[in-house]
Amino acid sequence: MQLTGYRRENGRVGIRNHVVVLPVDDISNAAAEGVARLIPDALALPHPYGRLQYGEDLELHFRTLIGTGANPNVASVIVIGIEPNWTERVVEGIRVAGKPVEGFSIERFGDLETIRKAARVAQGFVQNATELRREPVELKDIWVSIKCGESDTTTGLASCPTVGRVVDKVVDAGGTVFFGETSELTGGEDIIAERCATPEIRAKFQQTFNAYVSAIESKGVDLMGSQPTQGNIRGGLSTIEEKALGNIEKTGKGPVVDVLGPAEAPTLPGLNFMDSSSAAAECVTLMAAGGAVIHLFPTGQGNIVGNPIEPVVKVTGNPLTAQTMSEHIDLDVSGLLRREMTLDEAGEQLTELFARVVNGRLTCAESLGHREFVLTKLYPSA
Amino acid sequence: MHKFLIHNKGDDVGVATEDIGRGEEVTGVYMDTEDTITVSARGDIPLGHKIAVNEIPTDGEVKEYRVKIGLAKEPIAAGDYVHVHNIRSARWSFDS
Repeated sequence: MQLTGYRRENGRVGIRNHVVVLPVDDISNAAAEGVARLIPDALALPHPYGRLQYGEDLELHFRTLIGTGANPNVASVIVIGIEPNWTERVVEGIRVAGKPVEGFSIERFGDLETIRKAARVAQGFVQNATELRREPVELKDIWVSIKCGESDTTTGLASCPTVGRVVDKVVDAGGTVFFGETSELTGGEDIIAERCATPEIRAKFQQTFNAYVSAIESKGVDLMGSQPTQGNIRGGLSTIEEKALGNIEKTGKGPVVDVLGPAEAPTLPGLNFMDSSSAAAECVTLMAAGGAVIHLFPTGQGNIVGNPIEPVVKVTGNPLTAQTMSEHIDLDVSGLLRREMTLDEAGEQLTELFARVVNGRLTCAESLGHREFVLTKLYPSA
Repeated sequence: MHKFLIHNKGDDVGVATEDIGRGEEVTGVYMDTEDTITVSARGDIPLGHKIAVNEIPTDGEVKEYRVKIGLAKEPIAAGDYVHVHNIRSARWSFDS
């Protein structure tokens, strides 16, 4: 099937055409939402952070906001912050992508005057975005992210290997794929380490994984009771190792070409590991900020996460989930459990659905209005 | 007709693809070789939960995907229901 997308000013390809109103900080949410109320086709992305953050945590905040605005699924951006300095920093970061972006700060104007000015610009952005046209694009132009959620044993048997088939196709075509979920590699980290393309990347991966283990140990705790989650256990997963091995099935067979920090954009095509939380909304938000435009999401017990700018495609191999939560499930591959279909057939079905979603079909999560935009916080604010 | 699937030959556990009742003679299929195995279920095993195909001693390794997924907390017999009551992670055992 011919793939189509919006080719942005920097050459990257988007599959959606959002005009985003992006608050820099929590107290600017009301103004951002005010703009979106006046201009209904503009999409506000409220979030709870952005004040008195510092160091690496602040850098991640900026990287996530800038990456979100720069994502090729976004046509143009209105940035609103309480004061001009940090607002301008986000505007300048997004401007590198070449797209229309304008910033507004609230101090010395107030919410109402800011909303008035920003809404006028947002209106123009929305009208201009409607004139952008899809054009034929190649598979390698579509940056894909993967992460599973509410996993159970059917994830490892069916939905993850199905996603793995599509990941292999994208990687073989020269495309870019993100995977992450540092905690959920525990027990399978040696398998990922072995797949790293060079000794340098392997060392970087091991350093990232070990830093995460040390961070947990430094709190004097372990993740018993949290990993696997109560949902995982209900679905039959008994240990984090078992969960990790199922999880890894979705990464396909390709080598790991690089290790990225959270929300970092990849520089190499192929399978990129991003250091990230395994919490679904945080992970998808970070990968979208890294530039991913479509997310393939295997689920067992039925995670329902979505993202405001990156369509999330749900695949399940659990017949109970497919039956009881059908409005959340884009593709049911439970036939694999009954041996009514082969993995090749499941892979083909997902490939076809992938193309339809790229070309504009709304995912279940999009159609239900799931817009979880969840920023990762590394430590408390000052 | 199979009622459970086993990832790889040599694995100690399979996954029920429908609910299995105690005392049922059930057949599993190895996904890598297509070989089958029949065991007598020693407990009720819900869809998605694991059934042992081998004996495992206390503290013995439990293999799935050809890899250790944990350790037995007590002796496990073929046909036993395998879950958090009788296996544990070999990780997350940091003593703080």
